[in-house]
Amino acid sequence: MAARFINKIVRKTGVIGQMLCILHKYLYRNNISPALVNTTPAAHRAYSSGVRKVTLIPGDGIGPEISAAVQKIFTAANVPIEWETVDVTPVRGPDGKFGIPQAAIDSVNTNKIGLKGPLMTPVGKGHRSLNLALRKEFNLYANVRPCRSLEGYKTLYDDVDVVTIRENTEGEYSGIEHEIVDGVVQSIKLITEEASMRVAEYAFQYAKNNNRKKVTVVHKANIMRMSDGLFLRCARDTAQKYPEIQFEERYLDTVCLNMVQNPGKYDVLVMPNLYGDILSDMCAGLVGGLGLTPSGNMGLNGALFESVHGTAPDIAGKDLANPTALLLSAVMMLRHMELNEHANNIERAAFETIKEGKYLTGDLGGRAKCSEFTNEICAKL
Amino acid sequence: MAMLARTVGRTFMQAAAARSLHTTAALNHDSNYGGNRTTCTLIPGDGVGPELVYSLQEVFKAANVPVDFESYFLSEINPVLSAKLEDVVASIQKNKVCIKGILATPDYSNVGDLQTLNMKLRTDLDLYANVVHVRSLPGVKTRHSNIDTVIIREQTEGEYSALEHESVPGIVECLKIITAKKSMRIAKFAFDYATKNNRKKVTAVHKANIMKLGDGLFLKSCEEISKLYPRIQFEKMIVDNTTMQMVSNPNQFDVMVTPNLYGAIVDNLASGLVGGAGVVAGASYSAETVVFEPGARHTFAEAVGKNVANPTAMLLCGTKLLRHINLHTYSEVISNAINKVLLDGKVRTKDLGGQSTTQDFTRAIISNLH
Repeated sequence: MAARFINKIVRKTGVIGQMLCILHKYLYRNNISPALVNTTPAAHRAYSSGVRKVTLIPGDGIGPEISAAVQKIFTAANVPIEWETVDVTPVRGPDGKFGIPQAAIDSVNTNKIGLKGPLMTPVGKGHRSLNLALRKEFNLYANVRPCRSLEGYKTLYDDVDVVTIRENTEGEYSGIEHEIVDGVVQSIKLITEEASMRVAEYAFQYAKNNNRKKVTVVHKANIMRMSDGLFLRCARDTAQKYPEIQFEERYLDTVCLNMVQNPGKYDVLVMPNLYGDILSDMCAGLVGGLGLTPSGNMGLNGALFESVHGTAPDIAGKDLANPTALLLSAVMMLRHMELNEHANNIERAAFETIKEGKYLTGDLGGRAKCSEFTNEICAKL
Repeated sequence: MAMLARTVGRTFMQAAAARSLHTTAALNHDSNYGGNRTTCTLIPGDGVGPELVYSLQEVFKAANVPVDFESYFLSEINPVLSAKLEDVVASIQKNKVCIKGILATPDYSNVGDLQTLNMKLRTDLDLYANVVHVRSLPGVKTRHSNIDTVIIREQTEGEYSALEHESVPGIVECLKIITAKKSMRIAKFAFDYATKNNRKKVTAVHKANIMKLGDGLFLKSCEEISKLYPRIQFEKMIVDNTTMQMVSNPNQFDVMVTPNLYGAIVDNLASGLVGGAGVVAGASYSAETVVFEPGARHTFAEAVGKNVANPTAMLLCGTKLLRHINLHTYSEVISNAINKVLLDGKVRTKDLGGQSTTQDFTRAIISNLH
């Protein structure tokens, strides 16, 4: 409790970034970390009065149109949110390197909440992936992807309702690689107790706050006995603090096998970086692809919600894109901001529109334009 | 061609090996194969392995197959009863063929080893290529139909290198090793396999967008080898996209070549699509030896002694073994029986929605051996 109190004060007074890090380290040493993973309502009440600002990063390709669609729906639903649109096209910084413009960073840091359309990662242009940069900048440590079968859009799997929670800062994505001698490369997978504990804690908190029954830790500790072993131990330790939530351990390959046979077996899944990347995409495949699944990134300095599909340059500007993924991400964002009524209202309208099937975009087998789909949702609010 | 030549050569060698050994083995069977019997190493494995292997032996006995088994109990979770790894390796090196159940790999080791027994066996024998042919089976109802994919997995390096260290408490580094030599070798194996089996396309599965050097090297090696096989289409796919495509449109895949861990993922995923771990057979190849084992590696420990496991995967391993040692007639007899039983659908184990036991299923196969 004390830790949560300190944390709250720190947030209120606006001392962020470094201070938080120091505090975080301090708390860790004293083993009272859980309070930092604030998914509890109390954390957000601090800034819950009146209209709130949210940073909007429209993105590239179809990004601007689907962002406009979401904005339109939000206006129609009278959501008390003010959008602050920022551009994240890399600019050359004082050190000569390309990076995200400072204005965009400041915006997210002040607002604490952002919504982001798809970003293009140019290959070989000398700067690293913008997604990665954003993740680093805001310490987005957990990626949450709920996948649920949508009524009205039939796939071969109809009982999917899983949430994948993925550690997002280390693991196979540490980016440490070297060629020792010609033709021999070693890539380092980094697993730390701090990050593993943090994501495990988040997973259990998420399960608790969202009335989920079970958390499954997905690992390969039989092969990677130390690294995945550490991750597994952190999950086990955390599980003991949540006796009301069922806990199970499964090998990555077992989950792959069972998921396609009987997706109903799983509820909330928590795992290291690469496995999360693979499983979240696979689950999206079960319910109809990345165009339908929302995604949220939880961080120490804020939360960023995004659609994870590509920029689809071939249909950009033609009013053909499907805004569902970004819209559902925005709904996740509303829930995160404790605006549950608005969230439910918008979600219901979106699901009904898809269920009726009169205004479906091309990717769902319909012929409607993005604007027609959007208007229909607005009409149903 | 190289592959073909090697196979032919291997067959001759095996025939020679078998001839020198048959004196003790042939006593209890009257064989119609000119007295030429083959000895095969047998590792029942953990979990339901022994039950499945028993089923296979029963079927082989009933079909009068001229194969004798040299059985070794090898186990990591039961180190007291386990045979010595060196003995098992020596036996496989001598016999050149082996049937193996699944070895359980605990997430701890009683001697503090990072390498699992499975890894040691693979490294000692240099079983570099794991081939799993995932195929929709007749009479097995699944969401997708007509799946016919071969997954070829490098299994001696990559994530399974067992090189890990805790630099400071709470921070663990795990090394993934990719070498040009082994990547080229598996790529060549995949393209040779595609050529030999009239396959059209090879898909390399990777994550080179993140692991630019490691998976990049794997991808580059595959690209280089693909240039030597102009008649086979070459395609690259990122692993997360692969799994997504696999669950929505699995028919687009033909032959896939993957580094170690991605192979394990795709193997299991694909097996799940055609009916689960109980119905998919696989094989691991070195230049000299072949180990036949179920394609999706699960010990199914919760079913031990319950007589409910599906022996299809193990029986299919048996038919693959028979094809490999040039006993095509026997192989066909058994695989026809398996197809017949599955297609009839009267005798089905639990995993396929039936109520029959392992024993019932085995008996049904035996009564269908014509």
